Amino acid sequence: MSRYVKKDVPFELVEIDLATADDKELLQISNKMGIGLNLNEMKIVQNYFSKKQRNPTDVELQTIGQTWSEHCYHKTFKGNIKTCSGEVRSLFKTYIAKATEELDPKWCISVFEDNAGIIDFDKNYAIAAKVETHNHPSAIEPFGGAATGTGGVIRDILAVWADPIACTDVLCFGPLDYDYNKLPAGTKHPKYVYRGVVAGIGSYGNNMGIPTVNGAINFDESYVGNVVVYCGCVGLLPTDKFVKNTQKGDVALLVGGETGRDGIHGVTFASAELTKESEEISRPAVQIANPIEEERVKRAINKLRDSGLASAITDIGGGGISCGTGEMAERSNLGIHVYLEKIPLKYQGLAPWEIYVSESQERMLLSVPKENLEKALEVFENENVTAAQIGTFTDDNILTVSYNGHKVAELDIDFVFNPPKFEGTAQWQPPTLKEPTFAEPVNLTEQLVGLLQMPNIASKESVIRSYDHEVKGNTALKPLQNKYGGPNDAAVIKPLSDSWKGVVISCGMNTNYGKIDPYWMAASGIDEAIRNNIAVGGRRIALLDNFTWGNPQKPDRLGGLVRACEACYDYSKGFEAPFISGKDSLYNESPMGPVTPTLLITAIGIIPDIRKTVSMDLKQSGNTLYLVGKTYNELGGSHYYQLNGYLGCNVPQVRLESAQKTFKAITAAIDNGYIRACHDLSEGGLAVAATEMAFSSDFGVTLDLGKVVRSEDVCRNDQVLFSESNTRFLVEVPQNRRAEFEALMKDVDYAAVGEVSTEPKLVVSGLDGKQVIDADLAQLRKRWKEPLRG
Amino acid sequence: MNVVNVEDVRVLVMRVGGTNCDAETKRAFDELGAKAEVVHFNEMAKTKNLLDYNALVFPGGFSYGDYVRAGAIWATGTLTRLKADLKQFVDEGRPILGICNGFQVLVEAGLLPAFNGISEIPEATLATNIPIGYRCKWVYVRHENRGNCIFTKNIPKGKVIRIPVAHGEGRFLFSKEKEEEYLQKLIDNDQLVFRYCNKDGEPANGEFPTNPNGAYYDIAGICNPSGTVFGLMPHPERAFYGWHLPDWTKTENVPEYADGKLVFESVMDYLKKRF
Repeated sequence: MSRYVKKDVPFELVEIDLATADDKELLQISNKMGIGLNLNEMKIVQNYFSKKQRNPTDVELQTIGQTWSEHCYHKTFKGNIKTCSGEVRSLFKTYIAKATEELDPKWCISVFEDNAGIIDFDKNYAIAAKVETHNHPSAIEPFGGAATGTGGVIRDILAVWADPIACTDVLCFGPLDYDYNKLPAGTKHPKYVYRGVVAGIGSYGNNMGIPTVNGAINFDESYVGNVVVYCGCVGLLPTDKFVKNTQKGDVALLVGGETGRDGIHGVTFASAELTKESEEISRPAVQIANPIEEERVKRAINKLRDSGLASAITDIGGGGISCGTGEMAERSNLGIHVYLEKIPLKYQGLAPWEIYVSESQERMLLSVPKENLEKALEVFENENVTAAQIGTFTDDNILTVSYNGHKVAELDIDFVFNPPKFEGTAQWQPPTLKEPTFAEPVNLTEQLVGLLQMPNIASKESVIRSYDHEVKGNTALKPLQNKYGGPNDAAVIKPLSDSWKGVVISCGMNTNYGKIDPYWMAASGIDEAIRNNIAVGGRRIALLDNFTWGNPQKPDRLGGLVRACEACYDYSKGFEAPFISGKDSLYNESPMGPVTPTLLITAIGIIPDIRKTVSMDLKQSGNTLYLVGKTYNELGGSHYYQLNGYLGCNVPQVRLESAQKTFKAITAAIDNGYIRACHDLSEGGLAVAATEMAFSSDFGVTLDLGKVVRSEDVCRNDQVLFSESNTRFLVEVPQNRRAEFEALMKDVDYAAVGEVSTEPKLVVSGLDGKQVIDADLAQLRKRWKEPLRG
Repeated sequence: MNVVNVEDVRVLVMRVGGTNCDAETKRAFDELGAKAEVVHFNEMAKTKNLLDYNALVFPGGFSYGDYVRAGAIWATGTLTRLKADLKQFVDEGRPILGICNGFQVLVEAGLLPAFNGISEIPEATLATNIPIGYRCKWVYVRHENRGNCIFTKNIPKGKVIRIPVAHGEGRFLFSKEKEEEYLQKLIDNDQLVFRYCNKDGEPANGEFPTNPNGAYYDIAGICNPSGTVFGLMPHPERAFYGWHLPDWTKTENVPEYADGKLVFESVMDYLKKRF
């Protein structure tokens, strides 16, 4: 006898005989329905329905599957994890949120609670920020996956009543020249994925008129099977217009795109490993993007916000309407009755469960008090946006779903929103690694050129220019500086016409360090995101975390994750930079193995007056170049080692106390106007930073490596030139400001290491005073622009 | 219509779904004292009267997703629903500005180049960039107009200005068999306004990236024979303030304004004198 009983109703509805299923059958059911629940979870569901003395419908099981998915509920981060030093109850609470809680800054308005983090900005305005992952869909369908990732994160911003003002994107691909013969079946070539993802992001942001202002692109073999796509969005909202107050009797209004079969099981797909069958099985999990629809939705929602007609809002993303309606009810301690037949469809023939879990794009859910309904509908009509009354909020804490008069689901909201705890074991073993021993290369210019041509360091201009980074006319510091396209450390947006205050957006990511120690990868990512922000004049920094990891049920993957989280707490707290929002994507495993643990840190700072913003291009010959911060023998995971075929083990650390002082000193020097140009030292170290600053201008640079403040074990030119030690800046200071500048630096490591020269050449003298580099900057720029020319 | 003060100058910034440069365009006019209003085309057709405004702007964006052809859907919609009003608007010399997607709309609607009045079918087109692809960057354009275009009256002929482009379909073209004849008309009628050039003002001669899209004769912007309808691919509203400039961080004191302001100033001067 089948466990799937078709109900006697004039549409497709199946009841699943759960009551008598044994363990094996429970898992079969989970598999067959594509809901991704494990045995323990299935047993809890079984138990729930046996208490109700009935079997679940497909709509009910699907709803539970969606809501309990890793993607929707973040089970791993909320679960219990056994480590060698005891049990961690919720990584999220123990590390990420704890720093924010302890810091408790007055300027944090809403953290982790809503679709985006909200922080105070200026006057009566707040900034909202969110970064999403969209890895799995982008692996299957790069253009659609990336476009809908962008669309999704923009909706997260709309879902806190904010107007999107900027987008960011950080992408990780396999090497673009990867051997086709080595590609496993079902895996797309990195070049195809790269082109599609970049086009998808550009298409969505450009069409919606939101400038894409910050990002990064990373290449590593482990991304061949697991592309990483981080889409971020920053918004601006009038603080007093934020409303989240759904009441019993309010109407649930679904607005925007119609519902179709695209995006069925997106979240359960996102919470599983990719296999060679993923393309075939999961193609329908990728949604279809329509940015113009979302542009219209945005306009209507802004209007609705300003007129105060709605009582709450959320986006319809992962899990579709099943998650959105439940969440909104749960948030306000209410229930909801949803009428599926009222949901506008792209085409007929969808089963009720498909309507309920479809992740079709460009949809938002609002709760609207009955008395405002007519006016609210008019707002949507004027923008040509479809709005449908799909339900009513109730006070019974029950999620009731009906279709054409037949009840198809009835679930206790408490049950749906309290999934069983994830239980995991974490075991991190430091890898056995050695520092390489090799003679210092004779030709360091060649090494420098090699670094400039590494895809991680090479110019990303062909990608960045395909994104509109100036629409809205508020971009004060662009991602590319002036005519040579110098890579600025952060973007600055001036969102208010009547204020000089700016939003500073930057990021940090050092996946190679994670291969040595995820702790220092995380610490370095935080340091890098903050120092990029500080370098242009940002301060009062809020952080966002995005984890892309392998399968957390494997102890080594989880062990690395715990270590990274420990650093997140230590350095968020230490730098007084609270986390305000985050998102994780786990189960990034393909036939080629797990993804390299990839932590992205996004930093949102402010600058009191955008006219003080500092760009990275050199400004005037004769000015002094200072290197602020100390250089250590920390080439483990560096690009220099990678170029020469090594990984090493001396991974860069972050020395909190001196780092704090360094950041404060740089900010003070910028505020006093002593700094004409500033660039952080990261990939490729001092050599690459100096080269970039120089070839982004028409000037040259002379450097004296002997002057660099360094630890005793730094005794080679290549170490000084290419070490990636954290918390370092190369800054340009006019001669007549040197004394004042040095006074501000008295408590930090710094040294005058060079000068801006008239001739466009990079001239470096080594530790023994002999010239080690003498290179033409126009040539270096040309080489830097070659690899990713498009 | 009699307008006495600058604050009584009413500028209509029209938008449809997919328009996305309306706010900064409005801001540019407001900054110069005008009263600019952003109005959705739906609202326009329903409750507003085009002839209540002194000037009309089609801002940048991707109207209706630019499906079919950039600007084509809006142009068709505009023409059919506002045809008579638009004709009167142009005949009375009220200025119309089209920026980027707006320029595409004006060309698709036959309002530009409009050699013999509003044309039934487009006389030019803005085709896909060569090299292909969307590109966001600052370029130089040279002012070529001899004084006919009311949007560039305050810019001396031959002046080179810096301004950003951001589009995938900006290659201005005439049909092959008519291009020489039409170009001659543009020049004779003083309809040629901006050409892409290098920083010294020498024409790009079709060379990328000085000419960012492969436009015929490096054409970046043109006006109609009476000089009151003006369309351009670059974005003057993004080159309005000094801090918009790509190299403003070079200067110790940030300049207050950038070159794009000249376009808005010119039309405002025209409006102030005219009414």
